Amino acid sequence: MRSIRIIFAGVLTFGVMPQAFAASESYEIVILNHRFEPAELTIPAGQKVKLVVDNRDATPEEFESKELRREKVIPGHSKATILVGPLVSGEYRFFGEFHEDTAQGKLIVK
Amino acid sequence: MLGAAVIVFREILEAALIIAIVMGASRGVAGRGRWVLGGILIGIVGSVIVAALAGTIVEAMDGRGQELFNAGILLAAVIMLAWHNVWMSAHGRALASQMKQVGRDVSAGMKPLSALALVTLFAVLREGSETVLFLYGLTASGTGGLALVGGGVLGLAAGAAIGWFLYRGLLSIPIGRFFSVTGWLVLFLAAGLAANAAGFLNQAGLLPALSMQLWDTSQILSQQSWFGTLLHILIGYHDRPLGVEVVSYVVTLTVIYMLMRWVDPSPARGLPRPTGGRKGASDYS
Repeated sequence: MRSIRIIFAGVLTFGVMPQAFAASESYEIVILNHRFEPAELTIPAGQKVKLVVDNRDATPEEFESKELRREKVIPGHSKATILVGPLVSGEYRFFGEFHEDTAQGKLIVK
Repeated sequence: MLGAAVIVFREILEAALIIAIVMGASRGVAGRGRWVLGGILIGIVGSVIVAALAGTIVEAMDGRGQELFNAGILLAAVIMLAWHNVWMSAHGRALASQMKQVGRDVSAGMKPLSALALVTLFAVLREGSETVLFLYGLTASGTGGLALVGGGVLGLAAGAAIGWFLYRGLLSIPIGRFFSVTGWLVLFLAAGLAANAAGFLNQAGLLPALSMQLWDTSQILSQQSWFGTLLHILIGYHDRPLGVEVVSYVVTLTVIYMLMRWVDPSPARGLPRPTGGRKGASDYS
């Protein structure tokens, strides 16, 4: 089907725009007892940053931030990398969707 | 238990609404119940497998596995929805007029049905695997069986109920306009899913954001509110969208719409087609 092929082509041109997965500064956030440690993290503005989230709980957590536009499920006892930025200065809240009452954190960008 | 129910409900809602739209869009097609049910069941089995492999997926592809997995499933769903709509543009009018004349179900072939069954499967797979992980987490943290089962069942029932309401609402639309309404629903749904896929590809570092926040309407209509959530699922509403999400939304909407117009056999759009000039299903497949 020609139409399908056209859609495919559209999707491909869209999907294949490789951007450097450039080595960037890495910061670690630990999840323990459904809390982030540190709960406040300062990162530099205007550059890409790697957040390595280490979930030391047995339970999975969904790292989520509306302001950073990120959401990622992190299984129990495992680490996940989340790329953020480049960001403008300000505060960006994040939370654990599966334990929202305790898992709250903030990224301070300056 | 209530907290668990709310989270399960939120995860299930998207799948439930998509299934409702699929059931509406496949109205009148013989055997659709079996196909959609098959999609749901395979989706559930797949969810458990994906949840079990979650650790592997997260670490795959340089830590971008989960984003690419989500984006891939979303884009596959977009293609299936587009296929369905394009097919319906070629045959839908014939289908609707047959339904009006004969007053009962007609067989319209397997093609759009298998596409819609896949859309169901993808929706259940994506939302279901997160639900399975969450519920598994509850057992791992030693939450009692009652909270687990009760929360799960309650959330699932509530999600299914909303889907049912949407489906019943769709059925109240007169048949003459029915497929045009479901067509628009599918079109906006596809555009919204494409935008979500673009968001995941940006998260994976494969697409530029273009703008971190093209607008901010979170004060007017938060995406966290129930209405905002509904709009997000149905038409892809974002209160703080990335530039690339808006671009892919518009491009998807435009491309599918143009394809639909391109294959539409009717000489005068928007007018009822004269009977007799109907084309056979095989002409456009």
